[in-house]
Amino acid sequence: MSKDNQHCFHCDLPVPKGIDYSVNIDNVVRSMCCPGCKAVAQAIVDNGLTHYYQYRTDNNNLSRQLVPEELANLDLYDNPAIQKNFVRHSGESNKQAALILEGIVCAACVWLSERHVMQLPGVKSFQVNYSTHRAQVEWDEDQIKLSQILRAITEIGYRAHPLDPKRQEVLYRKERSQSIRRMAVAGFGAMQVMMLAVALYAGDYQGMDVNLERFFRWVSLLITTPVLLYSARPFFIGAWRDLKLRSLGMDVPVALAIAGAYAASFWGTATNSGEVYFDSVTMFTFFLLTGRYLEMMARQRAGRAAEELVKLIPAMAMRIVVNEQEIIAVSDLSEGDIILVKPGESIPADGFICKGTSSVDESLLTGESLPIRYKVGDRVIGGSVNIESALQLEVKAIGQNTVLASIQRLLERAQSEKPRLAKLADKVASRFVFAILLVALSVGLFWWSAGSADAFWIVISVLVVTCPCALSLATPTALTVATGQLTRLGILTTRGHALETLSKVTHMVFDKTGTLTEGKLKLVEVKILLQSNRDECLRIAASLEQFSEHPVAKSILLAYGKTNTHIVSEAQNSPGRGLKGKVNRETFFIGNSNFIREQTQISPEQIKDSRIQVLLATQTDVLAVFQFEDVLRTSSKQTISNLNELGIKTLILSGDRQATVDQLAQQLNISHAIGELSPQQKLDKLNELQSSGAVVAMVGDGINDAPVLSKAQVSIAMGQGTQIAQASADMILLSNDLVHLVDGLHMSRRMQAIIRQNLAWALVYNVIAIPLAAVGWVAPWMAAIGMSASSLLVVMNALRLSNGRLNNTRVNNAGVNRVGIDDPDSQHNQAKQNEGLDLDQRVVSE
Amino acid sequence: MNILYLLIPLGLLLLGIAVWGFMWAVHNGQFDDLEGPAHRILMDDDEPPSVDAPLKDKDK
Repeated sequence: MSKDNQHCFHCDLPVPKGIDYSVNIDNVVRSMCCPGCKAVAQAIVDNGLTHYYQYRTDNNNLSRQLVPEELANLDLYDNPAIQKNFVRHSGESNKQAALILEGIVCAACVWLSERHVMQLPGVKSFQVNYSTHRAQVEWDEDQIKLSQILRAITEIGYRAHPLDPKRQEVLYRKERSQSIRRMAVAGFGAMQVMMLAVALYAGDYQGMDVNLERFFRWVSLLITTPVLLYSARPFFIGAWRDLKLRSLGMDVPVALAIAGAYAASFWGTATNSGEVYFDSVTMFTFFLLTGRYLEMMARQRAGRAAEELVKLIPAMAMRIVVNEQEIIAVSDLSEGDIILVKPGESIPADGFICKGTSSVDESLLTGESLPIRYKVGDRVIGGSVNIESALQLEVKAIGQNTVLASIQRLLERAQSEKPRLAKLADKVASRFVFAILLVALSVGLFWWSAGSADAFWIVISVLVVTCPCALSLATPTALTVATGQLTRLGILTTRGHALETLSKVTHMVFDKTGTLTEGKLKLVEVKILLQSNRDECLRIAASLEQFSEHPVAKSILLAYGKTNTHIVSEAQNSPGRGLKGKVNRETFFIGNSNFIREQTQISPEQIKDSRIQVLLATQTDVLAVFQFEDVLRTSSKQTISNLNELGIKTLILSGDRQATVDQLAQQLNISHAIGELSPQQKLDKLNELQSSGAVVAMVGDGINDAPVLSKAQVSIAMGQGTQIAQASADMILLSNDLVHLVDGLHMSRRMQAIIRQNLAWALVYNVIAIPLAAVGWVAPWMAAIGMSASSLLVVMNALRLSNGRLNNTRVNNAGVNRVGIDDPDSQHNQAKQNEGLDLDQRVVSE
Repeated sequence: MNILYLLIPLGLLLLGIAVWGFMWAVHNGQFDDLEGPAHRILMDDDEPPSVDAPLKDKDK
């Protein structure tokens, strides 16, 4: 938290010069960076919730998303037709809903939002789950409306949107509570059986009443049975599935050992002969379940974050029936419906335009960075964003039939085919399992033919002692712990193999725009021609650019920084190229060189193409040239030098012009930088590298990176990047801080070392234990103890990963994602986010 | 040692109750959020509300 006045007290972003907003918090005047933060802080003060500032451990930076337009949209959630998808009735007028809360960064946020919402009359309960960032709200419909609750949440700087319960979350919850139950039954059972087992083992030495021994055995059987039938079920199901697919997974020997030991112990109990090993059965089950539970939690966390990222399709649509508009849920749309899509809204389904003309931003879907103009009769894709004017569409495809759905399916398929290393690991495991079964069988045959009565118990000993426990825990536990640590740093691992591969990476390939740079243009120079006045040129440019949504326009407006623009008449926007308009009865043109060439009478020689630039011209003369530069990420330089120190070769593959790329490479000290590459050429370069034996990690953010990302051994997408890039990535850098890549690398190497130690131990242990068990020197109880001790050792070793320090961890969250200050009108942030990425093309690509 | 014939079934009964209690807790969502409550306990409203910022708090 900042103590000075240079940083916003609420969000800790720097306060821009000349900005003066402040709020009196607990009798101290604190400065704020923007009206958004001021409004939020004021709301917090007015509601007597200033404790928030004492409790918080991280800074809130979501207030900037407070947009009037969005507030208006909240009313739609009161519509019963929309509500029926996510609201449950829990009483006469009581309703319940689940919400996704965005912007929760620490426990104080939970406290703040709970307190604030509970103050509203009519809210029965409001509970925030800190782990999942989900909230449950119950309210009295007679006293308060859902939109008012959502608005109250927005007021204090968080964003809430209803969670469709049909989605993943319900499944997650079920999966979670089921495995906790299985674990509980196995755990309680194991403790009880162990207690009895100690008595039985002691009885073997000290002597024990025969009846008492029989009694203990029966009680153990009684406790073990539910553990076997309920807790161990997943292993049996897994083994059965493996066998049906004619492959051998870890589940097969596990199921065999559990079932075998149980059956034999059952026989021993029933006939009152031999030995019983119920303790091994329960303990084994419990250990394995614990490992799988931890793994599942990590997976769910990753899945949840991914779910939040996929918000392309809006929840509701405006349907037009006989000239009347009605709001319905998108899921209720059917083919042939006529819908109205206002500017700024996402298009809810695939369809044909039947009225209106507008440009549509399809960057999220197709990678086309500039909006495309569509007219009546054209087909538009659901999930793209309508930019300029209202459109009426006839719906052609919904749900699973849409283009968006098919892209998602393609990605899913690509993902399911991907992890080669995971497959390799499975193969090795399955061979190991096969070997164990073979050894157990031959050992059993040998002892049986030798006439030993203990043949069966020796087989069980072999199965239990070699039980791939240590082996099967060695990798997942280390993976899980490392994944969890990295998630805390803002690196989301979405594929199991990612960390493992990351540790072996030799080359790291970066995309330029949006990865090494922030993907936002900054006006760096205004070149004045013809003795015109610089300020006046800027003022005219800003006046014209008000009519454009293009990033260039935004950066010009930002550079101008004032509001006293000229009155522009007859403004005309040619999206992606330029604008023309009348200021003081004179016509001005602003745009890329092609646009100026076409529109004016200026002789073409006077217009030079150079770096990223925009020209301001009258009918006859060029007045000024605006130069732009993409801002370098603050962390890029440090990251590259750290990577070089670690001996990793860094490369840039970019679609941008060679000169720009070279300049950047020089700044960052990267030796290999290749520009002007199409996605296909990027892929070819990557293939070249890979065929020369390199293990490549690709860091990218745009659509054009998606194919390369899925081809690289490890792919890392930026958190700000497009969803498609994220969907094809193995890891997502949520923090957008490249330095965390280095942390990730360190972590992956440490993890790899731990996995190696674990596997080495498992190997040594098995090499010693298997022959001993095969010879018959190890009783099943010893095998069980040996196995448990061994797996405990492995787990403890893996847990060492969680208390290590990370070199580059920085407290600076404020450097991340500073859209808010740079960008006074953040209305279209969501829609526009990606336009900035390839925007150089507006000026360069001709 | 005959007392064991009573004590062990009694132990089983307790085990049953414990398992049942655990199931109930899981069903009630006690295990849904394992991080939040640890922080929540540290935040309370013991301090009297300041004079210039009156609490609009309804009585709960």
